[in-house]
Amino acid sequence: MTAPVISAQNLSLTFETNDGPVHALKDVTLAVEKGDFVSFIGPSGCGKTTFLRCMADLEQPTGGEITVNGVSPEEARRARAYGYVFQAAGLYPWRTIGGNIRLPLEIMGYGRSDQDARVQRVLDLVELAGFEKKFPWQLSGGMQQRASIARALAFDADILLMDEPFGALDEIVRDHLNEQLLQLWDKTNKTICFVTHSIPEAVYLSTKIVVMSPRPGRITDVIESPLPRQRPLDIRDTPEFIEIAHRVRDGLRAGHGDG
Amino acid sequence: MMRSVLPVLSVVAAIFAIWYVASIGLNKPWAEDKARRAGVELSTSELILDTWSQKKPRLPAPHQVAAELWNTTGAMVQQGRALSKRSLIWHGWITLSSTLLGFVFGTGLGILLAIGIVHSRTMDMSVMPWVIASQTVPIIAIAPMIVVVLASLQVDDVVAKGVISMYLSFFPVVVGMVKGLRSPGAMQMDQMKTWNASRAQTFWALRLPASAPYLFASLKVGIAASLIGAVVAELSLSQDGGLGARMLGGSYYGQTIQIWSALIAAAILAAGLVAIIGLIQRITLKRMGMAA
Ligand SMILES: Nc1ncnc2c1ncn2[C@@H]1O[C@H](COP(=O)(O)OP(=O)(O)OP(=O)(O)O)[C@@H](O)[C@H]1O
Ligand SMILES: [Mg+2]
Repeated sequence: MTAPVISAQNLSLTFETNDGPVHALKDVTLAVEKGDFVSFIGPSGCGKTTFLRCMADLEQPTGGEITVNGVSPEEARRARAYGYVFQAAGLYPWRTIGGNIRLPLEIMGYGRSDQDARVQRVLDLVELAGFEKKFPWQLSGGMQQRASIARALAFDADILLMDEPFGALDEIVRDHLNEQLLQLWDKTNKTICFVTHSIPEAVYLSTKIVVMSPRPGRITDVIESPLPRQRPLDIRDTPEFIEIAHRVRDGLRAGHGDG
Repeated sequence: MMRSVLPVLSVVAAIFAIWYVASIGLNKPWAEDKARRAGVELSTSELILDTWSQKKPRLPAPHQVAAELWNTTGAMVQQGRALSKRSLIWHGWITLSSTLLGFVFGTGLGILLAIGIVHSRTMDMSVMPWVIASQTVPIIAIAPMIVVVLASLQVDDVVAKGVISMYLSFFPVVVGMVKGLRSPGAMQMDQMKTWNASRAQTFWALRLPASAPYLFASLKVGIAASLIGAVVAELSLSQDGGLGARMLGGSYYGQTIQIWSALIAAAILAAGLVAIIGLIQRITLKRMGMAA
């Protein structure tokens, strides 16, 4: 067994606000193994985004320990160990889709021909081949979100952190993107941390489901999924799937009850 | 098209109507005075026609100003004297050159200061108050002194006038660019951080392009301010010519028509400059996918 990719030990983060301290995370302990697909689910304000931002060195914990690839989040960030997908696609309107995907590559100093090859590869991966020269406003919201995922996949980071990337999309597009994301994960063998509000989405995607509850933000249940790596969409109608979904729902209820 | 032209035309028509009426009222005393001394009785229509055709009216009528404008521009071009010292084209060119000189340097200074202010907390704290204080100085009032001092230091006259233009035009650029360079949201800045982008990379790839709409808005204000600066400076260095010098010369000799035509010429110049920037703005922002 290799060392976990992400390891949090009694991680806490308290925001000092004008209305007093907000315990966004309290004593959170979790290990994410290489190749895991981990979903974080829980009611609004339970600290999912905050946890992800701690992994990404965008937020500084006020207590406990967290390591990414065995080093501090800051070192991991400087080593460009992860790609982060925000809830909004956040593409630059003045750059083409290709130009947007190229941006992190330019920043990280990849060679010109390498950039071209990588842009082509990730555009294929998210099924946007042929859209390289289009501008973001010429694409639908779902396509923009896929482009932003492609951007996070273009460089050699083996961790992908995604904060409700499909939150604003309709059910059908979402299903399709979920399927693509699973294939992508299978092909690239990345470790993925994925925040969602949708129980079916969490169960469908994950090898591990982390249920959280608010005030203070903490982990109430960690469910290891027995589902196989290969998952057609209709796996969602199998008894195993429904059973896990139940367990997640119960976890969410329990969190609410004692909250 | 029609819908946007019609309101504009009606406003213009209203302005002309008010203008004509006002010139009757303002020039009437002089017309009556002349008639009394000549011992003649003026009918109402004769009186009105007189108020619209005096040599040195208090308020010249629009057609008098238009005729003067034509005589000092188009007519002189036809005679091949476009650049004679009596032509408004020549005077306009003088004003334009110090306006543009001051504008270019003012914009450059403004952008540099904004970059410093956005990237350095110390500069934000120390420079920004001075930038604001600089505009509380009544520059219009002390411009003559500054221009004369600069001229006596053997500074080229165009430069001396450009300094006033620069002083007036850098301010809107600083304010607009500080806002523009800070316009990327927290998410966009975080995203740059996840890529471990340097400050220079963030500046070139994100802050600068994001500031483009703010820059253009500032440039429009800046160029108009720059023109005002040039005209004011010309009041002090009138021997060189320029629209300001025409206004001053006109006021020495009571040539109100000359003053007004120089004034209108300055307004046309300002409108033209703002329109050119507006055009560049439209094209640029459209190409950048940021058209409003
Ligand atoms: N910068 C901040 N300053 C103060 N409080 C914050 C800050 N960021 C988050 N919080 C608080 O921390 C708590 C957790 O926020 P977080 O964004 O992590 O929740 P979340 O689980 O992602 O919620 P959602 O599902 O709505 O996105 C909330 O109570 C929030 O108000
Ligand atoms: Mg969130």
